Amino acid sequence: MRQTPSQTVGPYFAYGLTPEQYIYDFKSLANNLMVNPLDHEEAITIMGKVFDGQGVVIPDALIEIWQNDGQNQLFGRFGTGTDAENRFIFHTIKPVSVNGQAPYVSVIIFMRGQQLHSYTRLYFSDETELNSKDEVLNVVPEDRRHTLIAKKKGNIYELNIYMQGDNETVFFDI
Amino acid sequence: MSQIIYNSFDREVQPAYLTPEYKSTIFRAPQKPLVLIKQSLSELTGPVFGDFNVGPLDHDLTKNTVKNGEPIGERIVVHGKVMNENGQPIPNTLIEIWQANSAGRYVHKVDQHEAPLDPNFLGAGRCMTDANGNYKFYTIKPGAYPWGNHYNAWRPNHIHFSLFGANITNRLVTQMYFPGDPLLNYDPVFLSVPPKGRELLVCEFDLGATEPSFALGYRFDFVLRGHNQTPFETL
Repeated sequence: MRQTPSQTVGPYFAYGLTPEQYIYDFKSLANNLMVNPLDHEEAITIMGKVFDGQGVVIPDALIEIWQNDGQNQLFGRFGTGTDAENRFIFHTIKPVSVNGQAPYVSVIIFMRGQQLHSYTRLYFSDETELNSKDEVLNVVPEDRRHTLIAKKKGNIYELNIYMQGDNETVFFDI
Repeated sequence: MSQIIYNSFDREVQPAYLTPEYKSTIFRAPQKPLVLIKQSLSELTGPVFGDFNVGPLDHDLTKNTVKNGEPIGERIVVHGKVMNENGQPIPNTLIEIWQANSAGRYVHKVDQHEAPLDPNFLGAGRCMTDANGNYKFYTIKPGAYPWGNHYNAWRPNHIHFSLFGANITNRLVTQMYFPGDPLLNYDPVFLSVPPKGRELLVCEFDLGATEPSFALGYRFDFVLRGHNQTPFETL
């Protein structure tokens, strides 16, 4: 059987997929509070912006993140249209290493102008040793690895996503 | 224990990232080749939702947000099955939908099209597939609407769908179109799908699912990415 083709999420996903975030009168099934930071002192914030090929911040992207390290399975979903700086923001905990791999979060990116979603990963800048040995990071050309590694600033990890250009984020075929 | 490997996107039916006729792709399509990696735990799993996530009227867009009456428009039933490329049904998976109202207007705050909003129609819904992978929504047939891609550009009638499937490689966001819509031949979003894949995005009129004196029936099946063996072999 042939796969159903993908089509863009378009500009109007907010009331269907992220209704509470955008203040529509419909319940959200997922949001950016993957853990409640009040209950987890090890909670971290993951955030960043998504840029198009002209260097403009994209205000209508939908970002989903998924992490499964065998201990915790956490899913988050957030649109870039509500933060004043059009950031995506997630409150979660850092995954642990599985089988010696560097810890990472899977990232799925949807937006108007993308007919097929993109997959990337978010790694952590304070995992230098595991990152240097990681099987997946080592498949990525060395000069592009930095596009996957979120920079730690306190409890915040920041990673911008670049759809195009010299710093284009590494997107994966998974 | 052998490793299950999920199929890649089928490039014979999936749209390319860059399709310049759809102008928004020009500065948003990745330009460098994708990097092929081995799937690991995170890719071979995904979020799990359950019936507890879905309200009793979430699947019925003609009722789930009414304020003072019934929504205006042609009532329809949209139903079908979710499967993978191996033909196996995908039970208990979340489907989310959103759409314009019968006048071609989205509730979304950035939709500036001068067509009326319907106080009794939000246009968002969700359901879980049953044990056999089947789903069913009640809604109002969405209207066509103009957009700014090119002179006199109109989107054909469509419903947006979001599916999760077995794991994150199965993730699918797409749009379902209606048979015989003359706008399909002019829509760069639809036409970005290679010819082989286009008919897979058009639902079928289904007299059997049509409910007498109530709603017209349409059938639309989904096929998500499959894998190289049945998952049961490794359990």
